[in-house]
Amino acid sequence: MKAKFLIPLALFAVLVVFLAAGLRLDPHEVPSPLVNKPAPAFKVTQLEHPELQFAAEDLKGKVWLFNVWASWCVACRQEHPVLMQFARQQIIPIVGLDYKDQRKDALGVLKRSGNPYDVIAFDGDGRVGIDYGVYGVPESYLIDKAGIIRYKHIGPITAEALEKTIIPLINELKKS
Amino acid sequence: MIPELGHFALILALCVCLVQGVLPIAGAHYGRREWIVLARPAAQVSFLLMLGAFVSLAWSFYVNDFSVQYVAAHSNSKLPTLFRFGAVWGGHEGSLLLWVFLLSGWTVAVAQFSRTLDDTMVARVIGVLGLVTSGLVLFILFTSNPFDRLLPAAEDGRDLNPLLQDPGLVFHPPVLYMGYVGFAVAFAFAIAALLSGRLDAAWARWSRPWTTAAWVFLTWGIAAGSWWAYYELGWGGWWFWDPVENASFMPWLIGTALIHSLAVTEKRGTFKSWTVLLAIGAFSLSLLGTFLVRSGVLTSVHAFATDPRRGIFILVLLLLVVGSSLVLFAWRAPKVALGGSFALMSRESLLLTGNVLLVVSCASVLLGTLYPLIIDALKLGKISVGPPYFNAVFVPLMTPVLFLMAAVPLARWKNTDVKEIALRMWIPGVLALVAGALVPYLMGGWTVMTNLGVALSVWIASSGVIQVARRLKSGFPPASFWGMHMGHFGIAVFAFGVTMVGGFQEEQDVRMEPGDTVLVGGYQFKMIGVKDVPGPNYSASRGAFEVTKNGSDAKILEPEKRTYFSSTMPMTEAAIDAGFTRDVYVSLGEPLEGKAWAIRVYFKPFVDWIWGGCFLMALGGLFAMSDRRYRLRVKESVVVPEAASPPVPKRGRLKGATP
Repeated sequence: MKAKFLIPLALFAVLVVFLAAGLRLDPHEVPSPLVNKPAPAFKVTQLEHPELQFAAEDLKGKVWLFNVWASWCVACRQEHPVLMQFARQQIIPIVGLDYKDQRKDALGVLKRSGNPYDVIAFDGDGRVGIDYGVYGVPESYLIDKAGIIRYKHIGPITAEALEKTIIPLINELKKS
Repeated sequence: MIPELGHFALILALCVCLVQGVLPIAGAHYGRREWIVLARPAAQVSFLLMLGAFVSLAWSFYVNDFSVQYVAAHSNSKLPTLFRFGAVWGGHEGSLLLWVFLLSGWTVAVAQFSRTLDDTMVARVIGVLGLVTSGLVLFILFTSNPFDRLLPAAEDGRDLNPLLQDPGLVFHPPVLYMGYVGFAVAFAFAIAALLSGRLDAAWARWSRPWTTAAWVFLTWGIAAGSWWAYYELGWGGWWFWDPVENASFMPWLIGTALIHSLAVTEKRGTFKSWTVLLAIGAFSLSLLGTFLVRSGVLTSVHAFATDPRRGIFILVLLLLVVGSSLVLFAWRAPKVALGGSFALMSRESLLLTGNVLLVVSCASVLLGTLYPLIIDALKLGKISVGPPYFNAVFVPLMTPVLFLMAAVPLARWKNTDVKEIALRMWIPGVLALVAGALVPYLMGGWTVMTNLGVALSVWIASSGVIQVARRLKSGFPPASFWGMHMGHFGIAVFAFGVTMVGGFQEEQDVRMEPGDTVLVGGYQFKMIGVKDVPGPNYSASRGAFEVTKNGSDAKILEPEKRTYFSSTMPMTEAAIDAGFTRDVYVSLGEPLEGKAWAIRVYFKPFVDWIWGGCFLMALGGLFAMSDRRYRLRVKESVVVPEAASPPVPKRGRLKGATP
């Protein structure tokens, strides 16, 4: 067996190693520079009560989930039942950020399929989203008692992600 | 009941494929005639079973059987019938079923059209195809069964992805898959040749029409996909270097190299191990493409659902198929005697240069596609590789290929005289230099790239025309001669289109209200208005634009923005006025306040030449395949002894030869 005839096999072996490694990675996972940084402050009107405002400081001292969603977002519908389930457990407050949306569309969706949020901040022009580095909806942030972002979840939250990552992290953060 | 029958047919097909994969190969090895003759009937039976499975899935779509999970996820009672049919391959499970169905179609075609080949060879080829098919059917049955039930049944289906609700997309995947899957035949021929140790001219001649057929489908499939992206995505682009596009382009590049390398192996008996390697490579890249697309290791606009089990399964399949064939290659290829020698300047050496360049460009596409994954796996960060990389790498690699392409048909086998070629190429050379400088200038702006592109296309096209004219003096040439020149001419047309669009397209993103006008590429676009119109399963905003040039007759263009009931993602339907020398293209962006809209307007000179060129290339492939010599003399070529290179063809025949 001449060595040069083994070259294709060797190259292929390297390729397979990387593909196998790639399978364990999530291409959707983009590290957020905001993790372990203070959550950007904002003050905007609420979706359901346009006369009231919501500010990030309002929840200081609590661990809370900040979920970016929109009525036009398809993946949010997939996430919706998981959030509803999570809301029923009443573990932490869930704050929604209605991102680049129309109030009536968003309210329509909530009316039809239920509202998992304790309060919803309305971000019609997407300014808050920019501060949080939102580039796809849905995205969620877990924010601790000191107002520091501890975790960012990109894409719909799945039951598995809740169980394995988010809830354990919440329990940890609640203790501190 | 029907879905269960389909499921059962698929399981039976697996059993038959296993028989088809094991016994004929073993029979060929041990010289057991009764096992060898099983190959053809097994291929026929497994094809009929696959057909049964496929038809039952199509039937479930036709009758809106939403108790089948796959149907519920990809169809809807309001979906028009044509799209319901297209929805069969609108998702992961169904497209894999299409994959294996087409694979067994190719297998049965080999069984039917290889009556003149000797039975042991056919047994090995069909056997290898049987093994590959078994692997994929196992994949379907274990991880992606399209016949799974959903109980209780859904009231209505989720609907087909609106992006796919387009007549072009109904036909694009089957054609593309025909190409992908067709390389399995060339692969099987190569493996059979390695197994038997008979890598000779006869093997190359058998492989050629099959390889060309697959290449024709792939060319058409890729072109159709690109055309679809152009008018459906509404971005006005025709190629995005998206991982999924690259996955189909890589086998194309290797397949192109393979077609040319097979020609050398057939005519001269050289490049044998190289040709085998390319045949393995083309199909391996098809499988790799399937892996990349179906495993979700890469992000892409095509964004398919991710399921880690599927990724692992395909990776194992890839490892088995490609790994074992490369081991076989390393083991058997060195024993194959080398063919005739050739000089530094000869048709062989020029074709080899072109071949190497094609392989290198394929490797650079592969690297660019996998680079984000590699960097991520090495924990060096997250990056994405975009068009700038591919364009920067591709242009320098393709320039010499295009340059050589025009001259290679003039070169002689074994040894050629550069002066002789130069003497015959001076007219195209002058034409290329003049046109390269002049055409961009006339179009309104000379740049290095447009000069280069125009010069290369004129160089290829004019030398082709001259060669055809010269050849016609000595009688009517065979189909393969026409095929080669048509294919090369297609490249010239394609390159011209790409250059023109790249250099001279104009685009405007503007806010328009009814009555507003905008001037793009000499055309005046006047917005008349936007109104709401209902569709069968969507509602649309339809704009109306009046397009005029220098006060000529007005044309009305009506782009749409559709919202499908099943999804809130709005879809763009661009309105295109296509023409021989230009397209004008309007698409609706977002509605702004009042009656204003964000509008995108493009002027695309010669854009249709891009797909026209692809069409010509594919047509050239069809001509090459239809050459008489693939149908004649096959029987006698069987007796060509293994190591002997075929006699050097005489000059007279050589002229008509295709590389």
